[in-house]
Amino acid sequence: MTATSPVEQVGGGVATYVDQRVGSNKFLARNLGKVFPDHWSFMLGEIALYSFIVVLLTGTFLTLFFKPSMVEVLYDGSYVPLKGIKMSQAYASTLDISFDVRGGLLLRQMHHWAALIFIAAMSVHMFRVFFTGAFRKPREFNWIIGVVLVTLGLGAGFSGYSLPDDLLSGTGLQIARGIMQSIPVIGTWMAFLLFDGEFPGTEFISRLYAVHILLIPGLILAMVTIHLMLVWTQKHTQFPGPGRTNDNVVGYPLLPVYMAKAGGFFFVVFGVIALIGGLVTINPIWIFGPFMPDQVSAGSQPDWYIGWLDGALRTMPNWESTLFGFTISWNIFVPAVIIPGIIFTALALYPFLEAWVTGDKKEHHLLDRPRNAPTRTGIGVMALSFYLLLWIGGGNDIIALTFGMSINSITWFLRIALFVVPPIMFVVTRRICLGLQRRDRDKLLHGYESGRILRLPHGEFIEVHQPINAKELAVITGKTDIAPLALPPATDADGVRNKHFHVKKLRAKLSGFFYSENVALPTAAEIEEGQHHAAHDAAIEAPLHAYEDADQINRAHGGVLHHPGMPETNAEQLANDGGHL
Amino acid sequence: MSDHSSPESHENVPAKLGYSPVADIEHKPRLTDTDPKAARRAERQVATMFVLSILLVIAFVVAYIGIDKSTIVYIPLFGEVGALNFALGLCMGLGVFLIGAGAIQWAKKLMPDTEVVAQRHEMASPEAATEEAEANYQRGKTESGFAQYKIIRRTLIGALALFPIPLVIMLRDLWSTPAGSPSPDAILSKTLWKKGERIVVDGTYVPVKAEDLPVGGLISAVPADLLEVEEAEGNLNARGKAAIIVIRMDPSDIRSQQGDGWDYQGILAFSKICTHVGCPIALYEQRTHHLLCPCHQSTFDLADSGNVVFGPAARRMPQLPIGVDAEGYLVAMSDFAEPIGPSFWERG
Ligand code: FES
Repeated sequence: MTATSPVEQVGGGVATYVDQRVGSNKFLARNLGKVFPDHWSFMLGEIALYSFIVVLLTGTFLTLFFKPSMVEVLYDGSYVPLKGIKMSQAYASTLDISFDVRGGLLLRQMHHWAALIFIAAMSVHMFRVFFTGAFRKPREFNWIIGVVLVTLGLGAGFSGYSLPDDLLSGTGLQIARGIMQSIPVIGTWMAFLLFDGEFPGTEFISRLYAVHILLIPGLILAMVTIHLMLVWTQKHTQFPGPGRTNDNVVGYPLLPVYMAKAGGFFFVVFGVIALIGGLVTINPIWIFGPFMPDQVSAGSQPDWYIGWLDGALRTMPNWESTLFGFTISWNIFVPAVIIPGIIFTALALYPFLEAWVTGDKKEHHLLDRPRNAPTRTGIGVMALSFYLLLWIGGGNDIIALTFGMSINSITWFLRIALFVVPPIMFVVTRRICLGLQRRDRDKLLHGYESGRILRLPHGEFIEVHQPINAKELAVITGKTDIAPLALPPATDADGVRNKHFHVKKLRAKLSGFFYSENVALPTAAEIEEGQHHAAHDAAIEAPLHAYEDADQINRAHGGVLHHPGMPETNAEQLANDGGHL
Repeated sequence: MSDHSSPESHENVPAKLGYSPVADIEHKPRLTDTDPKAARRAERQVATMFVLSILLVIAFVVAYIGIDKSTIVYIPLFGEVGALNFALGLCMGLGVFLIGAGAIQWAKKLMPDTEVVAQRHEMASPEAATEEAEANYQRGKTESGFAQYKIIRRTLIGALALFPIPLVIMLRDLWSTPAGSPSPDAILSKTLWKKGERIVVDGTYVPVKAEDLPVGGLISAVPADLLEVEEAEGNLNARGKAAIIVIRMDPSDIRSQQGDGWDYQGILAFSKICTHVGCPIALYEQRTHHLLCPCHQSTFDLADSGNVVFGPAARRMPQLPIGVDAEGYLVAMSDFAEPIGPSFWERG
């Protein structure tokens, strides 16, 4: 130890004291230099984490002032328009937080904004992980935890949105109850139990409060902890690049660079949320008024993350059937329960489905560029387009109003588009990916097209191909080529039928679909030759560079190869050529 | 940081650190690496950000104490805003932001920017560990006799399977029903409306005479008993089921009704609660007699038995049969003939 300052001496003393009791130095020795790869997209998860911390901090503050009770009171706060109005204590205390607690509105708005950012960041982070194949072995568990976290995030958001007991949030709850009642067999009882009877009752806010401030955040916290511990032990994935392999991790050490950047980024996220919370109004509950089960809030929109569910509800045809005297509300149950159920289950299972189809059992720490997994990227874009269409459906009234269209035709358009657009997106995306792969291959073989046309002294025109630089070379060749599974034989050598032949055949077919069109990387020899060729072009061009260096001609616009003694300007050359270029 | 924070300082790090610099990445030195003046400038920038952050916290406290919470100010771009909230948000936001910006600037300009590499190791445990775990498991299995005492094993599994039942069963009283109270579907099927129940305007609670309502008019209404019942029950449940809208149309416009003569001289009453998932409705288009739900745009034709003409709702809007009492006020002739609001399993 070379501790010099008194502070460091104290710090060292504390470290020793703690180490003798919990053995912490072993951990520090291993981890203070831990390497973290750098990429802008890795910040998405950080934004999610940091905004969650802001949600916890601001939420704790709010619990000190919020009263989760549906007992009726007469409002007597400083917001004049509602003075003397009957309302629940929950709503009244939310008004107090907004108008009578100094800084209360700021923290309430920060809480809401941070929650929106939390869910948005998680969602985009999830897409990043999906499109780069970061969920592959060994990170499947962390993917599932991520799916659970997104689900919990939606639950946290919805339960929080409902607490203030204003007209909008109450309407949201009314819808939630209607959805609950559509669940066959148990739905009605479920709703009666949760609401202590009919809607709205007097218990629901306090029950939801327990869910919102204890159950869900506790679960999220536990999941986040496991999520981060797994990231820590498995080490972060990295994009292909110079020096990056599947067996190493290249980046900045925890101390000091990563700590300064990631730690600093926490304050940046916190600061931005505080700025938005102070400057941009969100959920102005005082405008909506207290909840009344018979009052309407026209044109109301839920928070953005509920939009797709709302869209599903709006787009579904109005089917309902009666079976043996029982009602099945397909029009509600399908869009609000079955579809989300299928989507989240499919999300959670995707890593296993893909691994099964591809037969890939290797560990992957080097990320896929989305183009190098065209089928997966296609599936992702397909799902994304489905989601976006539903989301558009959630705003069909706004679209109809803004563009003067009929809601009827928008709804019919969506009903058809939901089945037609995603498959088209799949095919198109896959094609684009394969095209990009081909272009990568060309770059390796022929260098990249510089776009510069050269006229050689003897009059021939060539386009200069330049060898790609080391970074790009590493990025392109960082791709792993995986062969599709072979079709299984129908019978083995002794003529015995292959067990599970059909399943195996299906699997091989899917695997072929997944991989067969992939454009293989050229061999090392081919690359060498291509680079050589490009280098040759560059050599031809070299005198031009020398010339430009002297004369500052912009190379990007092409040029004519000059040698000393050749005409210096176009005009001069024109004269030399007798007016013919 | 002191003055000798020269960019070279990171080169004398101890040798054994578990990582090494990447050899084949080209590394361009930054200006702050080569020019001590630039390094000093960066140092000043970082320190300035931290100082500003400190000042902003002080400004926050001053604003908290000094600005009255009811002051409204006009800020260009933002319009009329609460001065206190605006000031607090600005000071806290910028103050916290600057701590982060300073730290990142410090890392970018003054800390080493060479990437380093560490090796990964396969996640799977070495064979020896797996074998040891396996051996331990076997020992536990034999010592406990788990395989051998079949009856213990089975009864244990049974006991564990039943163990959550008390925890679940106690959830039953989440709905605090007194003994003998009706079933959920019976409750959902009944509202406050009954024969002779006066229709009063929601909000003012005054009864309505037929001539108060012109053709094309609409009122939101509730039963006259509602306030009393709300008082007695201490909740808004009755309102959520009994709310209706009363409209008047030219009797010749009425194409069909849910029951014969359920109108009174072209005055019709319908439930206000959407049969889709239960939003209250009040968008009525007088020309087409369409009632539109703001939540998912289900549309009901009130001139045609309240049938669904568009949208995700599967059921027509229940109609309330009405008439007038001896004094000429609008009254209900009975309760709704079918449950109002969203469908449910037992509804049939
Ligand atoms: S609640 Fe009325 S359309 Fe959905």
